[in-house]
Amino acid sequence: MSFQPVKFYQTGTFTVGNRLLPPEERSVQASARRFNSINSGHRACQGCGEALGARYAIDAAMEAADGQIIAANATGCLEVFSTPYPETSWQIPWIHSLFGNTAAVATGVAAALKVKGKRDVRVVAQGGDGGTTDIGFGCLSGMFERNDDVLYICYDNGGYMNTGVQRSSATPPAARTATTMAVGPEPGNVFGQGKFVPAIAMAHDIPYVATATVADLRDLEAKVSRAMEIRGARYIHILVPCPLGWGTASHDTIRMARLAKETGIFPVFEAEHGEIKSVLTIRRPLPVEEYLRPQKRYAHLFGKNPAVETIAHIQALADRNIRKYRLQARRGS
Amino acid sequence: MDKPFAITLDPGSSLANHTGSWRTFRPEYVDRLPPCNVACPAGENIQAWLFHAESGDYEAAWRSLVENNPLPAIMGRVCYHPCEGGCNRQHVDAAVGINSVERFLGDEANKQGWKFAPPAAATGKRVLVVGSGPAGLSAAYHLTRMGHQAVIHEAAPLAGGMMRFGIPKYRLPREVLDAEINRLVEFGVEIQLQTKVDDVQQALQDGFDAVFLGVGAHIAKRAYIPAGDANKVLDAVAVLRGMEDHHAPLLGRKVVVYGGGNTAIDVARTAKRLGAEESIIVYRRTRDKMPAHDFEVEEALQEGISIKWLSTIKEAGESDIMVEKMALDDKGFPQPTGEFERIEADSVVLALGQDADLALLENLPGLIVEGGMIQVDGGMMTGHPGVFAGGDMAGSERTVTVAVGHGKKAARAIDAWLRGAAYAPAEKHEVATIERMNPWYYSDAPKTMRPVLDIIRRQSTFEEVLGGLDENNALFEARRCMSCGNCFECDNCYGVCPDNAVIKLGPGKRFRFNFDYCKGCGICATECPCGAIRMVAEEN
Repeated sequence: MSFQPVKFYQTGTFTVGNRLLPPEERSVQASARRFNSINSGHRACQGCGEALGARYAIDAAMEAADGQIIAANATGCLEVFSTPYPETSWQIPWIHSLFGNTAAVATGVAAALKVKGKRDVRVVAQGGDGGTTDIGFGCLSGMFERNDDVLYICYDNGGYMNTGVQRSSATPPAARTATTMAVGPEPGNVFGQGKFVPAIAMAHDIPYVATATVADLRDLEAKVSRAMEIRGARYIHILVPCPLGWGTASHDTIRMARLAKETGIFPVFEAEHGEIKSVLTIRRPLPVEEYLRPQKRYAHLFGKNPAVETIAHIQALADRNIRKYRLQARRGS
Repeated sequence: MDKPFAITLDPGSSLANHTGSWRTFRPEYVDRLPPCNVACPAGENIQAWLFHAESGDYEAAWRSLVENNPLPAIMGRVCYHPCEGGCNRQHVDAAVGINSVERFLGDEANKQGWKFAPPAAATGKRVLVVGSGPAGLSAAYHLTRMGHQAVIHEAAPLAGGMMRFGIPKYRLPREVLDAEINRLVEFGVEIQLQTKVDDVQQALQDGFDAVFLGVGAHIAKRAYIPAGDANKVLDAVAVLRGMEDHHAPLLGRKVVVYGGGNTAIDVARTAKRLGAEESIIVYRRTRDKMPAHDFEVEEALQEGISIKWLSTIKEAGESDIMVEKMALDDKGFPQPTGEFERIEADSVVLALGQDADLALLENLPGLIVEGGMIQVDGGMMTGHPGVFAGGDMAGSERTVTVAVGHGKKAARAIDAWLRGAAYAPAEKHEVATIERMNPWYYSDAPKTMRPVLDIIRRQSTFEEVLGGLDENNALFEARRCMSCGNCFECDNCYGVCPDNAVIKLGPGKRFRFNFDYCKGCGICATECPCGAIRMVAEEN
C-alpha cells in the first residue's frame, strides 16, 4: 500500500497540511513553494472540481519529476477554461490536442523524447471523461496496449459540461443531463449503459491503474507519485464534482467527492498489472441518498413522490462496489 | 517581436484575468470562541494553551495557561471541568481530557521549576486581599501582574483557605498546594498569616487603595436534631479542618453523614480512610437530585460507601439514629412518610452547606447582603466603593474554579477602579459550535483515561485517587483538541482553493485571501475543519 494514513496528529493526514508533521511528510499542496501548475485567473466556474483536481495531480507529477513535465490536453472544460487565446493558466509545457486524440499526441511526444534521449522529461496526457471514455477511447486503448510511457489522467465529472451538460459514457444512471432529461417513465440517464474505464484499463494489464477523488488529497498525491516511479502506460481516473452539471453548491465540491467515496458510489483503489493492490476503505458509511439528495441532477428522485425503487437500485450498485472492491473498513484497521 | 504565421498577439498569462470580480460572497478569517473557553469559570483560554501543548511545547502551554489562572496543578485536580462538558469533541467521540492535560502542565511546571514572567512596572498602589483561598490568591496574582502591590491577610496559620481546610488530601495533595502558593509568594504576592481582619473600614484608612474580600464560607449550617448526650454530632467543616491537625477527628466505627453535596461525599470518603467500617450518607432526595457531582458519587460507591436515599434524620440516640423515609411529591419535593428505621451510628456529621462569616463588614456602609451572600456588580465591586468581593461569599456556585474566576475579574475591575476608569470586559467572539465546523478532518482517537487508584488502596490511605498523565498520553490527549473556531494552520484553505487565491504567510502567521482571484466559491469555508472562515455577502 503506497499511502499510509498518519494517525494521532490531531488531523493526521486528512487535512492538506499539518504543522505537527515533519516537513518531509507533508503534502505537495501544503508547500508555500508548490508549482501551481495551473495558475490563478483561469475561467473555471466557482468551486470547479476539475481545476482543483488538475492542480493537485499535475503539481504532484511536477514534484515527482523534478519539474520536467510536458502535458497534452484534450479539448474539454479543462482546456477551454485554462487557455482562451492568448492567455494561458499553465505554467508547464502544454499542448492542446483534438478532443479525441490526446493519448496519441502524448504517445508522439514520448516517442520524440525517446529519440532525443531525454529520459528525465516525462509526459502526461489529460482529459475529461468525454475526451477519455467516449471520443478518445480508441487512442487511449492503443496507448495502453502499446504500453507507451505516458501517464494518462482522466478528470471525471460525469458529462460534457462546458458544452451544456450532455451525457457521456461516464454519466451515472438516473442523472439528468441535457440529453437524458428527467421525463418519461424512467427519467434521467438509463441504467445498464456506460462504462467504468479504470476496469477497462486494468484489462489491458498495464503497469498502473488508480482511481482517486479531490476529497482525498494525500491519497491522490501518493498515487500520482507512485505512477511517476513507473515507466510504461499508466492511468489515473479522478472524480471531480462539477457544481454546474451536478447542480450542487459551489462550496460543496469536495464534500460531494467525499460522499461519493463514503457511500461506495465511487470506489477508490489502485491496481498494478491488472490486479488490485489497495483500496481506500469507507470511514463513515452512509446511504447513497446522502450523496444523491444535494444534487439537482437527481432532484426528480425526491420531492413529493420519491423514486424509492430507483434509489434502491443505485444503492444496490454502490453495495456491489463495496463488495467487489472490499471497501468496508476491517475492524481494528 | 517576430511572430509565427497567423499569430498576432503575445502569449499572456491568465493572471491578467482578475476573476475576483465574479464574487458575490467573500471569505473572511475569523476567530470564534471555543465552547471550552465559554464554559470555563476561571476564563481560561483553553484552546490557546492546548495549541502549544499539541506541539509538545509544554512551557509555552503553561505560560499561556497562567495568563488566566495561576493554579494549574490544583485546577487539574479539584476542578469539576465544565470545559469538558462544553467540548465539541463529545460530538465526535469523547470530550478532550482538558483537566488531565492541565494537571500534567501544572505538575511539569512544579517539576521543572518554571516561574511566572515578571510583573508590569510598579504602580505604587496597594491592595488588601482578605483571605488566601483561591479567590484571594487569584486576585492577588492578577493585581501583582498588573504592577499593584497585593497583600493577603490570612487568619489561619497556613495559606490556601478551603483548598487546605476543606478539600481532602486524596483529592489535593498538600505538596501541590504548597508548590503553587510558594510560586505566588516568589512572584511578589505578600501573605501575612494569622492576621485576621476585623474591620475593613479601618484597613481602607491604613494605606490600602482598595480591598478584595475572599473570606469564603466556612460556618457550617445546622439542622435541629434531638440528640442524646452521648451521641457525637459534628459538622463537616470541622471534620475536614480537623484533618489538618496532628490528631485526626475521632468518628468511631460507624459514621453517618447527613447531606447530599460534594462536602458530604468528601466527609464520607474521609471517614472510610480513617478506618470506619461503615460510612453511610443519609440524603433526603434521590440520586438525580443530589448536588454532588456524579463521578464523585460513583467513586464513593466504589469505595464501599453506602447511601440511603429519600431519608431524613429524626433523632440521634446514643449509638444509633432514627431515620424517616421520604417520598417525592408531584413537584419533586421530599415529603415524610411516617415510616421509621434505626441505623447504628457512633457519630453523625452534618454536611448541610456553609455560610460566610460577614462579621468584618459590620461597620461598612453601602453593603448589601442577601441570603447570606454579599451582592456585587459585574466587576465584583460591593455596594461600598473600593471594596470588592469574590469566591464562596459572593457566589451561589461554590467551587475553586469559580473563585479563581472571581479573583481575576475583580483584579481587572480593581485595576480599572484604581486608574479611575470603569471596568469594561472585552467583547466576546461568536461561539464555535460544531455546526460551524467540519469534524471529518479530525483523526479518530478515543479519550485517554487517567489511572484510578485501585479500590483497596484508596479506602485506607489518603493517596491521590486520580493519577496523572505521562508525557506520551498528555501529548496524545492535547492533540485530540479540535481547535474550535481558531485557525491551527492545517493548510486546508490553502490547498482546497481551485483558484490559488489563498496566500500562505508562513508558520504562526496564518493565511490571507487574494481577492484579485477569489471567486467566492466558499470551499475554503466548508472545508475549514475548525470553522475559522466565514462567508459574507459582498456589498455591491
